[in-house]
Amino acid sequence: MFAGDQNGLQGDPRLKAISEAIRVVPHFPKPGIMFQDITTLLLDHKAFKDTVDIFVDRYRDMGISVVAGVEARGFMFGPSIALAIGAKFVPLRKPRKLPGIGLLPRCTDGEVISESYVLEYGKDCLEMHVGAVQPGERALVIDDLVATGGTLSAAIRLLERAGAHVVECACVVGLREVKGQHGLNGKPLYILVEPRQQINCSAPSVNGVETCRHDDLILGASFGSPLNPTSKSD
Amino acid sequence: MIQQSVRLPLSQLLCSLPQNPKSIPSESTRPRVEFHQRVTNSVTKSTKQKMASQDEQQQQQDPRIPKISSAIRVIPNFPKPGIMFQDITTLLLDTKAFSDTIDLFVERYKGQNISVVAGIEARGFIFGPPIALAIGAKFVPMRKPNKLPGEVISEEYSLEYGKDKMEMHVGAVQAGERALIIDDLVATGGTLSAAIRLLERVGVHIVECACVIELSGLKGRERLGDTPLFVLVNSA
Repeated sequence: MFAGDQNGLQGDPRLKAISEAIRVVPHFPKPGIMFQDITTLLLDHKAFKDTVDIFVDRYRDMGISVVAGVEARGFMFGPSIALAIGAKFVPLRKPRKLPGIGLLPRCTDGEVISESYVLEYGKDCLEMHVGAVQPGERALVIDDLVATGGTLSAAIRLLERAGAHVVECACVVGLREVKGQHGLNGKPLYILVEPRQQINCSAPSVNGVETCRHDDLILGASFGSPLNPTSKSD
Repeated sequence: MIQQSVRLPLSQLLCSLPQNPKSIPSESTRPRVEFHQRVTNSVTKSTKQKMASQDEQQQQQDPRIPKISSAIRVIPNFPKPGIMFQDITTLLLDTKAFSDTIDLFVERYKGQNISVVAGIEARGFIFGPPIALAIGAKFVPMRKPNKLPGEVISEEYSLEYGKDKMEMHVGAVQAGERALIIDDLVATGGTLSAAIRLLERVGVHIVECACVIELSGLKGRERLGDTPLFVLVNSA
């Protein structure tokens, strides 16, 4: 579901500003991909604050006690939301970053569980401390962008294995329809803005950083087409 | 596990007790004069005075700090034998302690005209943005190689074995801006000093480096040159 579809946020100027603050970088991480770079959003204090506020307004009364953020860009949005809604923050990390337990004989909280997921080429893996979450807790999953939904699906599986109930997944950027086989196990998805397909050359620079690139205008390179799927990197 | 505050004589304040490495004495932990010396170098006089008086308050062991310290889990022999890993993920599960952590930094840096908070991948990304949002600054991620999509500048730094590289987007910061660098922990100071060099190369003035934890035995503070370092929790 898109934030702008809802009664309260239709035509909300904050969403337009958020979209325009995101820089499109062509051919990253590989040719044909139009990368949605949220680092320029983080340079725009008002737009960044508005991003967090929109999520906080949505989730503050949903009884959510866990915000799980996907490494690494989920870490940039998740904690601020968690702090504002009174939830704990749980990092979902790449393999071997979270200290595992074997070493604390009487403490099971440190045990790490892993969930692997499929990339365009190959596989990756997400990990969580099992004791970070109690059975029955209501959780929100945060990442900057959703492409195929593979990463978010792995995140949902991790939280459910620990007994949590995933209320929703939230991303700043995403396609109207999550393409690919993964789906999100039926979980709702809340997205603020769509990816920009074209390099928006009329967008102002943000703090001196161009939000569009004049070189390599690729006509016909599209975002999310079967030949040029959006690539999810961390 | 019940954490008890322990009174320690001054000579033992920066040593960890092997069986309880996170114990924080109930008295102030450092001689008053050290903090004043560290703060004086890079800030204006009025800023100096404000931060100095905040340090004096800190000397009285801000009551929020013991709970922050005890919320940090120490894991022995990670990532390798002999290392006592300071795991801040348990701090993030304690909503009050995490909120207090952010508040302590925000109280220190609000009104200091800091326009940039630079956070070091990846745990600096957890603490940096909430601070940036609260003090009205932008957040700049300092990343491992090949993660940032746009044009970058890089700085190499040494590891125990080998080297690593830190990158920042060109144009993220402007010459003359005042910055804060954030990470969860300072050990040898290698990572922080790489971040300092990267920012200084483009003309940014680093007001201070801030970390939740300092492993003071590794003397990272000395590697930061003139840049002050502020931490909440000291561990050996």
